[in-house]
Amino acid sequence: MNQAERLEALRRIIKPYVTDEEAFGNLTEETDFIKDLKINSAHLVDIILDVEDEFDIEIEDEAMEKMLTVKAALSVIEEKAG
Amino acid sequence: MNKRVVITGLGVAAPNGVGLPDFTAAIRAGQSGIRYQEQLAELNFSCQIGGAPEVSEELKAQYLTSLQLRNFVSSGILYGCMAGIDAWEDAGLSRERETADFDSGAILGIGNSGVDKMREAAYLVDEGRVKRLGSTTVPQIMASGVSAYLGGILGLGNTITTNSSACATGTESILMAYEHIANGYAKRMLAGSASDSGPYLWGGFDAMRVMNNRSNEHPASASRPMSATAAGFVPGSGAGALVLESLDSALERGARIYAEVLGGASNSGGQRSGGSMTAPNPVGVQRCIRAALSRCNVAPADIDLINGHLTATTKDPDEIQNWAVALGRTGSDFPYIHSLKGMIGHCISAAGSIESVAAVLGLHQGFVFPSINCEDPHPSILEVIPEGRIVRQLREDLSVKTVIKAGFGFGDVNACVIFQSFNGAF
Repeated sequence: MNQAERLEALRRIIKPYVTDEEAFGNLTEETDFIKDLKINSAHLVDIILDVEDEFDIEIEDEAMEKMLTVKAALSVIEEKAG
Repeated sequence: MNKRVVITGLGVAAPNGVGLPDFTAAIRAGQSGIRYQEQLAELNFSCQIGGAPEVSEELKAQYLTSLQLRNFVSSGILYGCMAGIDAWEDAGLSRERETADFDSGAILGIGNSGVDKMREAAYLVDEGRVKRLGSTTVPQIMASGVSAYLGGILGLGNTITTNSSACATGTESILMAYEHIANGYAKRMLAGSASDSGPYLWGGFDAMRVMNNRSNEHPASASRPMSATAAGFVPGSGAGALVLESLDSALERGARIYAEVLGGASNSGGQRSGGSMTAPNPVGVQRCIRAALSRCNVAPADIDLINGHLTATTKDPDEIQNWAVALGRTGSDFPYIHSLKGMIGHCISAAGSIESVAAVLGLHQGFVFPSINCEDPHPSILEVIPEGRIVRQLREDLSVKTVIKAGFGFGDVNACVIFQSFNGAF
Protein backbone atom coordinates (compact mmCIF):
# COMPACT_ATOMS: atom_id res chain seq x y z
CA MET A 1 0.00 0.00 0.00
CA ASN A 2 1.46 3.36 -0.98
CA GLN A 3 1.12 6.69 0.84
CA ALA A 4 -1.89 7.79 -1.24
CA GLU A 5 -3.72 4.53 -0.53
CA ARG A 6 -2.93 4.80 3.17
CA LEU A 7 -4.29 8.35 3.23
CA GLU A 8 -7.45 7.21 1.45
CA ALA A 9 -7.96 4.40 3.98
CA LEU A 10 -7.40 6.79 6.87
CA ARG A 11 -9.88 9.26 5.40
CA ARG A 12 -12.48 6.47 5.22
CA ILE A 13 -11.81 5.45 8.84
CA ILE A 14 -12.13 8.91 10.36
CA LYS A 15 -15.16 10.01 8.31
CA PRO A 16 -17.85 8.74 10.74
CA TYR A 17 -16.25 10.56 13.68
CA VAL A 18 -15.89 13.96 11.99
CA THR A 19 -18.21 16.77 13.06
CA ASP A 20 -16.69 19.53 10.89
CA GLU A 21 -17.50 18.38 7.37
CA GLU A 22 -15.97 21.44 5.74
CA ALA A 23 -12.58 20.84 7.35
CA PHE A 24 -12.88 17.21 6.33
CA GLY A 25 -13.37 18.28 2.73
CA ASN A 26 -10.14 20.28 2.91
CA LEU A 27 -8.17 17.52 4.62
CA THR A 28 -4.38 17.77 4.33
CA GLU A 29 -1.49 16.10 6.14
CA GLU A 30 -1.47 19.01 8.58
CA THR A 31 -5.11 18.49 9.60
CA ASP A 32 -5.55 18.00 13.36
CA PHE A 33 -8.20 15.48 14.41
CA ILE A 34 -9.51 17.45 17.37
CA LYS A 35 -8.77 21.08 16.51
CA ASP A 36 -9.74 20.95 12.84
CA LEU A 37 -12.13 18.05 12.41
CA LYS A 38 -13.73 18.62 15.85
CA ILE A 39 -13.61 14.92 16.61
CA ASN A 40 -14.65 14.15 20.20
CA SER A 41 -11.40 13.25 21.95
CA ALA A 42 -13.07 10.15 23.45
CA HIS A 43 -13.37 8.77 19.92
CA LEU A 44 -9.63 8.86 19.22
CA VAL A 45 -9.32 5.46 20.84
CA ASP A 46 -11.99 4.11 18.48
CA ILE A 47 -10.11 5.50 15.47
CA ILE A 48 -6.97 3.72 16.68
CA LEU A 49 -8.90 0.43 16.90
CA ASP A 50 -10.26 0.92 13.37
CA VAL A 51 -6.73 1.67 12.12
CA GLU A 52 -5.42 -1.48 13.80
CA ASP A 53 -8.12 -3.54 12.07
CA GLU A 54 -7.65 -1.90 8.66
CA PHE A 55 -3.86 -2.29 8.55
CA ASP A 56 -3.59 -5.40 10.69
CA ILE A 57 -1.16 -3.74 13.07
CA GLU A 58 -0.96 -3.15 16.79
CA ILE A 59 -0.47 0.37 18.12
CA GLU A 60 1.03 0.79 21.60
CA ASP A 61 0.04 3.57 23.98
CA GLU A 62 3.12 5.65 23.19
CA ALA A 63 2.49 5.68 19.44
CA MET A 64 -1.20 6.21 20.03
CA GLU A 65 -0.62 9.38 22.00
CA LYS A 66 1.21 10.89 19.02
CA MET A 67 -1.56 10.21 16.53
CA LEU A 68 -3.31 13.57 16.73
CA THR A 69 -2.88 14.69 13.12
CA VAL A 70 -3.18 13.06 9.73
CA LYS A 71 0.58 13.30 9.27
CA ALA A 72 1.38 11.67 12.62
CA ALA A 73 -1.15 8.93 12.02
CA LEU A 74 0.27 8.15 8.57
CA SER A 75 3.76 8.06 9.99
CA VAL A 76 2.78 5.54 12.69
CA ILE A 77 0.93 3.42 10.12
CA GLU A 78 3.89 3.48 7.73
CA GLU A 79 6.27 2.47 10.49
CA LYS A 80 4.08 -0.44 11.67
CA ALA A 81 2.71 -1.67 8.37
CA GLY A 82 5.95 -1.11 6.53
CA MET B 1 -47.30 24.81 48.44
CA ASN B 2 -46.48 22.02 46.02
CA LYS B 3 -46.82 22.68 42.33
CA ARG B 4 -49.39 20.67 40.41
CA VAL B 5 -47.87 18.27 37.90
CA VAL B 6 -49.37 17.10 34.63
CA ILE B 7 -48.36 14.76 31.80
CA THR B 8 -47.83 16.46 28.45
CA GLY B 9 -45.98 13.84 26.42
CA LEU B 10 -45.85 10.06 26.03
CA GLY B 11 -43.52 7.68 24.22
CA VAL B 12 -43.23 3.91 24.16
CA ALA B 13 -41.34 1.00 22.65
CA ALA B 14 -43.23 -2.11 23.71
CA PRO B 15 -43.30 -5.72 22.56
CA ASN B 16 -46.77 -5.24 21.05
CA GLY B 17 -46.26 -1.79 19.58
CA VAL B 18 -43.46 0.65 18.91
CA GLY B 19 -44.58 4.29 18.94
CA LEU B 20 -47.83 5.66 20.35
CA PRO B 21 -50.19 4.93 17.42
CA ASP B 22 -49.22 1.23 17.12
CA PHE B 23 -49.12 0.74 20.89
CA THR B 24 -52.52 2.38 21.36
CA ALA B 25 -54.07 0.20 18.67
CA ALA B 26 -52.46 -2.92 20.16
CA ILE B 27 -53.60 -2.37 23.74
CA ARG B 28 -57.14 -1.53 22.64
CA ALA B 29 -57.23 -4.73 20.59
CA GLY B 30 -55.71 -6.87 23.33
CA GLN B 31 -52.90 -7.85 20.99
CA SER B 32 -50.07 -9.95 22.42
CA GLY B 33 -46.44 -9.03 21.78
CA ILE B 34 -45.10 -12.33 23.10
CA ARG B 35 -43.28 -14.45 20.53
CA TYR B 36 -41.29 -17.67 20.35
CA GLN B 37 -37.60 -16.81 20.86
CA GLU B 38 -35.39 -19.20 18.93
CA GLN B 39 -32.25 -17.94 20.67
CA LEU B 40 -33.66 -18.97 24.07
CA ALA B 41 -34.43 -22.44 22.72
CA GLU B 42 -30.90 -22.81 21.32
CA LEU B 43 -29.50 -21.86 24.72
CA ASN B 44 -31.60 -24.48 26.55
CA PHE B 45 -33.84 -22.04 28.38
CA SER B 46 -36.88 -23.61 30.03
CA CYS B 47 -38.91 -20.58 28.98
CA GLN B 48 -38.43 -20.06 25.24
CA ILE B 49 -40.82 -17.17 24.71
CA GLY B 50 -40.53 -13.47 25.38
CA GLY B 51 -41.45 -9.99 24.31
CA ALA B 52 -39.20 -7.47 22.60
CA PRO B 53 -40.03 -4.33 20.61
CA GLU B 54 -39.55 -4.88 16.87
CA VAL B 55 -37.14 -2.19 15.66
CA SER B 56 -35.81 -2.04 12.09
CA GLU B 57 -32.44 -0.52 11.19
CA GLU B 58 -34.30 2.29 9.39
CA LEU B 59 -36.25 3.11 12.54
CA LYS B 60 -33.09 3.11 14.69
CA ALA B 61 -31.55 5.67 12.35
CA GLN B 62 -34.41 8.08 13.08
CA TYR B 63 -33.33 8.26 16.71
CA LEU B 64 -29.56 7.74 16.85
CA THR B 65 -26.81 8.96 14.52
CA SER B 66 -24.67 6.52 12.57
CA LEU B 67 -21.81 7.40 14.93
CA GLN B 68 -23.94 6.63 18.00
CA LEU B 69 -24.93 3.32 16.39
CA ARG B 70 -21.31 2.22 15.81
CA ASN B 71 -20.59 -0.76 18.07
CA PHE B 72 -23.95 -0.14 19.71
CA VAL B 73 -25.60 -3.24 21.20
CA SER B 74 -27.46 -1.85 24.21
CA SER B 75 -31.08 -2.67 23.49
CA GLY B 76 -32.38 -0.98 26.65
CA ILE B 77 -30.69 2.31 25.77
CA LEU B 78 -32.09 2.09 22.24
CA TYR B 79 -35.66 1.56 23.52
CA GLY B 80 -35.19 4.28 26.13
CA CYS B 81 -33.98 6.80 23.54
CA MET B 82 -36.86 5.96 21.21
CA ALA B 83 -39.50 6.32 23.93
CA GLY B 84 -37.83 9.42 25.39
CA ILE B 85 -37.43 11.30 22.11
CA ASP B 86 -41.00 10.38 21.11
CA ALA B 87 -42.37 11.63 24.44
CA TRP B 88 -40.42 14.88 24.16
CA GLU B 89 -41.67 15.59 20.65
CA ASP B 90 -45.19 14.42 21.57
CA ALA B 91 -45.14 17.16 24.22
CA GLY B 92 -44.46 19.69 21.48
CA LEU B 93 -40.83 20.14 22.53
CA SER B 94 -37.91 20.18 20.14
CA ARG B 95 -34.63 18.26 20.19
CA GLU B 96 -32.91 20.96 18.16
CA ARG B 97 -31.35 23.41 20.57
CA GLU B 98 -28.12 25.34 20.75
CA THR B 99 -27.92 25.77 24.52
CA ALA B 100 -28.85 23.62 27.51
CA ASP B 101 -32.43 23.76 28.80
CA PHE B 102 -31.80 24.24 32.52
CA ASP B 103 -35.52 23.96 33.31
CA SER B 104 -35.77 20.38 32.02
CA GLY B 105 -34.22 17.19 33.36
CA ALA B 106 -34.57 13.44 33.11
CA ILE B 107 -34.88 10.47 35.39
CA LEU B 108 -34.96 7.22 33.49
CA GLY B 109 -34.61 4.03 35.45
CA ILE B 110 -33.03 0.74 34.52
CA GLY B 111 -32.33 -2.62 36.17
CA ASN B 112 -29.19 -3.48 34.22
CA SER B 113 -27.79 -1.46 31.36
CA GLY B 114 -26.13 -2.95 28.32
CA VAL B 115 -25.82 -6.58 29.38
CA ASP B 116 -24.85 -7.51 25.81
CA LYS B 117 -22.15 -4.83 25.81
CA MET B 118 -20.90 -6.03 29.20
CA ARG B 119 -20.68 -9.57 27.82
CA GLU B 120 -18.62 -8.39 24.82
CA ALA B 121 -16.35 -6.42 27.14
CA ALA B 122 -15.88 -9.32 29.57
CA TYR B 123 -14.63 -11.58 26.76
CA LEU B 124 -12.12 -8.97 25.59
CA VAL B 125 -10.88 -8.29 29.11
CA ASP B 126 -10.44 -12.02 29.77
CA GLU B 127 -8.43 -12.32 26.56
CA GLY B 128 -6.09 -9.59 27.81
CA ARG B 129 -7.35 -7.18 25.13
CA VAL B 130 -8.85 -4.45 27.31
CA LYS B 131 -7.74 -1.78 24.83
CA ARG B 132 -10.24 -3.20 22.33
CA LEU B 133 -13.12 -1.96 24.49
CA GLY B 134 -12.76 1.45 22.86
CA SER B 135 -14.87 4.38 23.99
CA THR B 136 -18.28 2.78 23.47
CA THR B 137 -18.31 0.42 26.47
CA VAL B 138 -18.73 2.81 29.38
CA PRO B 139 -21.72 4.84 28.09
CA GLN B 140 -23.56 1.64 27.19
CA ILE B 141 -23.03 -0.18 30.48
CA MET B 142 -23.37 2.67 32.96
CA ALA B 143 -26.69 2.58 34.75
CA SER B 144 -27.33 6.20 33.81
CA GLY B 145 -26.78 5.40 30.13
CA VAL B 146 -30.37 6.02 29.03
CA SER B 147 -30.55 9.34 30.86
CA ALA B 148 -27.13 10.36 29.57
CA TYR B 149 -27.93 9.61 25.93
CA LEU B 150 -31.27 11.40 26.15
CA GLY B 151 -29.84 14.33 28.09
CA GLY B 152 -27.38 14.88 25.25
CA ILE B 153 -29.85 14.38 22.42
CA LEU B 154 -32.41 16.75 23.95
CA GLY B 155 -30.00 19.24 25.54
CA LEU B 156 -31.43 18.85 29.06
CA GLY B 157 -29.74 20.92 31.75
CA ASN B 158 -31.61 20.13 34.96
CA THR B 159 -31.07 16.97 37.05
CA ILE B 160 -30.11 14.01 34.83
CA THR B 161 -30.13 10.78 36.78
CA THR B 162 -31.35 7.23 36.95
CA ASN B 163 -33.22 5.16 39.50
CA SER B 164 -33.20 1.44 40.07
CA SER B 165 -35.63 -0.56 42.19
CA ALA B 166 -36.05 -3.80 40.22
CA CYS B 167 -39.59 -4.22 38.92
CA ALA B 168 -40.78 -1.08 40.73
CA THR B 169 -38.28 1.06 38.77
CA GLY B 170 -40.65 2.44 36.13
CA THR B 171 -43.33 3.46 38.60
CA GLU B 172 -40.74 4.91 40.96
CA SER B 173 -39.19 7.08 38.23
CA ILE B 174 -42.54 8.83 37.67
CA LEU B 175 -42.86 9.43 41.37
CA MET B 176 -39.36 10.88 41.62
CA ALA B 177 -39.90 13.16 38.63
CA TYR B 178 -43.21 14.24 40.15
CA GLU B 179 -41.54 15.19 43.43
CA HIS B 180 -38.80 17.12 41.63
CA ILE B 181 -41.34 19.26 39.79
CA ALA B 182 -43.79 19.55 42.70
CA ASN B 183 -40.93 20.97 44.77
CA GLY B 184 -40.26 23.56 42.09
CA TYR B 185 -36.80 22.26 41.12
CA ALA B 186 -37.63 21.86 37.41
CA LYS B 187 -40.38 22.87 35.00
CA ARG B 188 -40.41 19.50 33.31
CA MET B 189 -38.83 16.08 33.69
CA LEU B 190 -38.62 13.22 31.26
CA ALA B 191 -39.53 10.20 33.38
CA GLY B 192 -39.64 6.52 32.55
CA SER B 193 -37.54 3.40 32.35
CA ALA B 194 -36.07 0.79 30.03
CA SER B 195 -35.02 -2.83 30.04
CA ASP B 196 -32.74 -4.86 27.77
CA SER B 197 -34.01 -7.81 25.73
CA GLY B 198 -32.44 -11.21 25.56
CA PRO B 199 -30.92 -14.22 27.25
CA TYR B 200 -28.24 -12.51 29.32
CA LEU B 201 -30.81 -10.47 31.22
CA TRP B 202 -33.57 -13.07 31.30
CA GLY B 203 -31.33 -16.05 32.16
CA GLY B 204 -31.23 -15.43 35.88
CA PHE B 205 -35.01 -15.44 36.07
CA ASP B 206 -35.18 -18.66 34.04
CA ALA B 207 -32.78 -20.25 36.51
CA MET B 208 -34.98 -19.14 39.42
CA ARG B 209 -37.91 -20.96 37.79
CA VAL B 210 -40.12 -17.91 38.05
CA MET B 211 -40.70 -17.71 34.29
CA ASN B 212 -43.40 -19.67 32.48
CA ASN B 213 -41.82 -22.82 31.00
CA ARG B 214 -45.06 -24.57 30.07
CA SER B 215 -46.27 -22.44 27.19
CA ASN B 216 -43.49 -22.46 24.60
CA GLU B 217 -45.99 -23.66 21.98
CA HIS B 218 -48.51 -20.91 22.80
CA PRO B 219 -46.73 -17.58 23.16
CA ALA B 220 -49.78 -15.32 22.79
CA SER B 221 -51.70 -16.98 25.63
CA ALA B 222 -48.68 -17.63 27.86
CA SER B 223 -48.79 -14.56 30.09
CA ARG B 224 -51.90 -15.05 32.24
CA PRO B 225 -52.24 -12.49 35.05
CA MET B 226 -54.90 -13.37 37.65
CA SER B 227 -55.66 -16.67 35.91
CA ALA B 228 -56.04 -20.04 37.64
CA THR B 229 -53.66 -21.39 34.99
CA ALA B 230 -51.02 -18.65 35.39
CA ALA B 231 -47.71 -20.45 35.16
CA GLY B 232 -45.08 -17.84 35.86
CA PHE B 233 -44.16 -14.59 34.18
CA VAL B 234 -43.13 -14.22 30.56
CA PRO B 235 -40.08 -12.00 30.07
CA GLY B 236 -40.54 -8.74 28.22
CA SER B 237 -38.48 -5.65 27.45
CA GLY B 238 -38.75 -2.16 26.04
CA ALA B 239 -39.23 1.32 27.43
CA GLY B 240 -41.87 3.84 28.35
CA ALA B 241 -41.40 7.57 28.83
CA LEU B 242 -43.60 10.41 30.07
CA VAL B 243 -43.01 14.14 30.05
CA LEU B 244 -44.07 15.42 33.46
CA GLU B 245 -44.49 19.17 33.62
CA SER B 246 -45.66 21.74 36.12
CA LEU B 247 -49.23 22.76 35.39
CA ASP B 248 -48.06 26.37 35.19
CA SER B 249 -45.53 25.57 32.48
CA ALA B 250 -47.99 23.40 30.54
CA LEU B 251 -50.66 26.13 30.57
CA GLU B 252 -48.14 28.80 29.69
CA ARG B 253 -47.06 27.04 26.52
CA GLY B 254 -50.54 25.77 25.70
CA ALA B 255 -49.46 22.13 25.85
CA ARG B 256 -51.92 19.27 25.52
CA ILE B 257 -52.52 17.75 28.95
CA TYR B 258 -53.03 13.98 29.04
CA ALA B 259 -53.68 13.66 32.78
CA GLU B 260 -52.58 14.93 36.15
CA VAL B 261 -50.10 13.11 38.39
CA LEU B 262 -51.50 13.48 41.90
CA GLY B 263 -48.43 11.90 43.52
CA GLY B 264 -47.77 8.61 45.24
CA ALA B 265 -45.51 6.77 47.61
CA SER B 266 -42.69 4.25 47.73
CA ASN B 267 -41.49 2.06 50.56
CA SER B 268 -40.19 -1.39 51.45
CA GLY B 269 -41.50 -4.24 53.54
CA GLY B 270 -38.05 -4.55 55.06
CA GLN B 271 -37.91 -8.21 54.01
CA ARG B 272 -39.78 -9.01 57.22
CA SER B 273 -43.21 -10.53 58.00
CA GLY B 274 -43.31 -12.67 54.86
CA GLY B 275 -41.21 -10.30 52.78
CA SER B 276 -37.86 -11.44 51.36
CA MET B 277 -35.51 -10.64 48.50
CA THR B 278 -38.13 -12.01 46.12
CA ALA B 279 -41.47 -11.74 47.95
CA PRO B 280 -43.34 -8.72 49.27
CA ASN B 281 -44.23 -8.18 52.89
CA PRO B 282 -48.02 -7.64 52.59
CA VAL B 283 -47.95 -4.99 55.30
CA GLY B 284 -45.42 -2.99 53.26
CA VAL B 285 -47.57 -3.20 50.12
CA GLN B 286 -50.71 -2.12 51.97
CA ARG B 287 -48.94 0.77 53.67
CA CYS B 288 -47.51 1.95 50.35
CA ILE B 289 -50.97 2.04 48.77
CA ARG B 290 -52.47 3.83 51.76
CA ALA B 291 -49.64 6.35 51.89
CA ALA B 292 -50.17 7.13 48.21
CA LEU B 293 -53.89 7.75 48.80
CA SER B 294 -53.32 9.92 51.83
CA ARG B 295 -50.58 12.03 50.24
CA CYS B 296 -52.80 12.61 47.21
CA ASN B 297 -55.88 13.38 49.33
CA VAL B 298 -57.75 10.66 47.48
CA ALA B 299 -60.30 8.54 49.34
CA PRO B 300 -60.24 4.78 48.65
CA ALA B 301 -63.78 5.12 47.29
CA ASP B 302 -62.50 7.51 44.61
CA ILE B 303 -60.28 4.90 42.96
CA ASP B 304 -62.00 3.79 39.75
CA LEU B 305 -59.36 1.51 38.31
CA ILE B 306 -56.29 -0.40 39.49
CA ASN B 307 -53.48 -0.90 36.99
CA GLY B 308 -51.89 -3.77 38.88
CA HIS B 309 -48.39 -5.17 39.08
CA LEU B 310 -49.95 -8.64 38.51
CA THR B 311 -47.18 -10.64 36.86
CA ALA B 312 -48.96 -13.97 36.25
CA THR B 313 -47.25 -15.80 39.10
CA THR B 314 -48.68 -17.37 42.25
CA LYS B 315 -48.36 -13.92 43.86
CA ASP B 316 -51.33 -12.45 41.94
CA PRO B 317 -53.99 -13.55 44.47
CA ASP B 318 -51.86 -12.04 47.26
CA GLU B 319 -51.73 -8.74 45.38
CA ILE B 320 -55.54 -8.66 45.00
CA GLN B 321 -55.87 -9.34 48.73
CA ASN B 322 -53.45 -6.50 49.49
CA TRP B 323 -55.41 -4.05 47.33
CA ALA B 324 -58.65 -5.13 49.04
CA VAL B 325 -57.22 -4.64 52.52
CA ALA B 326 -55.47 -1.35 51.72
CA LEU B 327 -58.55 0.17 50.07
CA GLY B 328 -61.02 -1.43 52.46
CA ARG B 329 -63.04 -2.51 49.42
CA THR B 330 -64.06 -6.06 48.51
CA GLY B 331 -66.69 -7.85 46.46
CA SER B 332 -68.60 -5.72 43.96
CA ASP B 333 -67.38 -2.61 45.79
CA PHE B 334 -63.82 -3.34 44.59
CA PRO B 335 -62.52 -1.02 41.82
CA TYR B 336 -62.03 -2.34 38.31
CA ILE B 337 -58.64 -4.00 37.88
CA HIS B 338 -56.48 -5.06 34.95
CA SER B 339 -52.90 -5.92 34.01
CA LEU B 340 -51.05 -5.09 30.80
CA LYS B 341 -48.66 -7.99 31.36
CA GLY B 342 -51.03 -10.42 29.61
CA MET B 343 -50.11 -8.64 26.36
CA ILE B 344 -46.46 -7.64 26.86
CA GLY B 345 -45.19 -10.00 29.56
CA HIS B 346 -43.18 -8.67 32.44
CA CYS B 347 -40.88 -5.97 31.09
CA ILE B 348 -38.87 -5.98 34.35
CA SER B 349 -37.48 -2.49 34.96
CA ALA B 350 -39.49 -1.13 32.00
CA ALA B 351 -42.78 -2.57 33.24
CA GLY B 352 -43.95 0.35 35.37
CA SER B 353 -43.33 3.01 32.74
CA ILE B 354 -44.84 1.12 29.78
CA GLU B 355 -47.86 0.23 31.90
CA SER B 356 -48.19 3.83 33.07
CA VAL B 357 -48.16 5.03 29.47
CA ALA B 358 -51.06 2.61 28.85
CA ALA B 359 -52.88 3.89 31.95
CA VAL B 360 -52.53 7.52 30.90
CA LEU B 361 -53.59 6.81 27.29
CA GLY B 362 -56.71 5.06 28.61
CA LEU B 363 -57.56 7.96 30.92
CA HIS B 364 -57.11 10.51 28.18
CA GLN B 365 -58.92 8.64 25.41
CA GLY B 366 -61.64 7.12 27.58
CA PHE B 367 -60.93 3.42 27.25
CA VAL B 368 -59.89 0.61 29.57
CA PHE B 369 -57.61 -1.92 27.87
CA PRO B 370 -58.47 -5.60 28.33
CA SER B 371 -56.56 -7.83 30.72
CA ILE B 372 -56.08 -10.72 28.30
CA ASN B 373 -55.62 -14.43 29.05
CA CYS B 374 -57.79 -14.36 32.15
CA GLU B 375 -60.73 -16.49 30.98
CA ASP B 376 -60.34 -18.54 34.16
CA PRO B 377 -59.79 -16.21 37.14
CA HIS B 378 -57.92 -17.75 40.04
CA PRO B 379 -60.34 -19.17 42.65
CA SER B 380 -58.52 -17.36 45.47
CA ILE B 381 -59.10 -14.08 43.64
CA LEU B 382 -62.79 -14.88 43.23
CA GLU B 383 -63.04 -15.29 47.00
CA VAL B 384 -62.23 -11.56 47.26
CA ILE B 385 -63.79 -9.97 44.17
CA PRO B 386 -66.37 -11.05 41.57
CA GLU B 387 -64.97 -11.75 38.10
CA GLY B 388 -66.84 -8.75 36.71
CA ARG B 389 -64.36 -6.43 38.41
CA ILE B 390 -61.57 -7.80 36.19
CA VAL B 391 -61.66 -5.91 32.91
CA ARG B 392 -61.27 -8.64 30.32
CA GLN B 393 -62.72 -6.92 27.24
CA LEU B 394 -62.02 -3.44 25.93
CA ARG B 395 -64.35 -1.11 27.80
CA GLU B 396 -65.24 2.38 26.64
CA ASP B 397 -68.37 2.71 28.77
CA LEU B 398 -66.71 2.98 32.18
CA SER B 399 -66.36 6.38 33.76
CA VAL B 400 -62.75 6.25 34.90
CA LYS B 401 -61.37 9.43 36.45
CA THR B 402 -58.75 8.13 38.86
CA VAL B 403 -56.28 5.29 38.25
CA ILE B 404 -53.85 3.88 40.77
CA LYS B 405 -50.72 2.15 39.45
CA ALA B 406 -48.37 0.04 41.53
CA GLY B 407 -45.10 -1.76 40.96
CA PHE B 408 -43.43 -4.22 43.32
CA GLY B 409 -39.84 -5.40 43.01
CA PHE B 410 -37.10 -7.70 44.27
CA GLY B 411 -35.67 -6.34 47.48
CA ASP B 412 -39.26 -6.10 48.80
CA VAL B 413 -39.69 -2.61 47.34
CA ASN B 414 -42.99 -0.98 46.41
CA ALA B 415 -44.01 2.08 44.44
CA CYS B 416 -47.48 3.44 43.85
CA VAL B 417 -48.61 6.43 41.78
CA ILE B 418 -52.04 7.99 41.16
CA PHE B 419 -53.13 9.49 37.83
CA GLN B 420 -56.30 11.53 37.39
CA SER B 421 -58.14 12.99 34.41
CA PHE B 422 -57.26 16.64 34.15
CA ASN B 423 -60.20 18.72 35.30
CA GLY B 424 -59.00 22.21 34.61
CA ALA B 425 -56.66 24.53 36.43
CA PHE B 426 -58.78 25.15 39.54
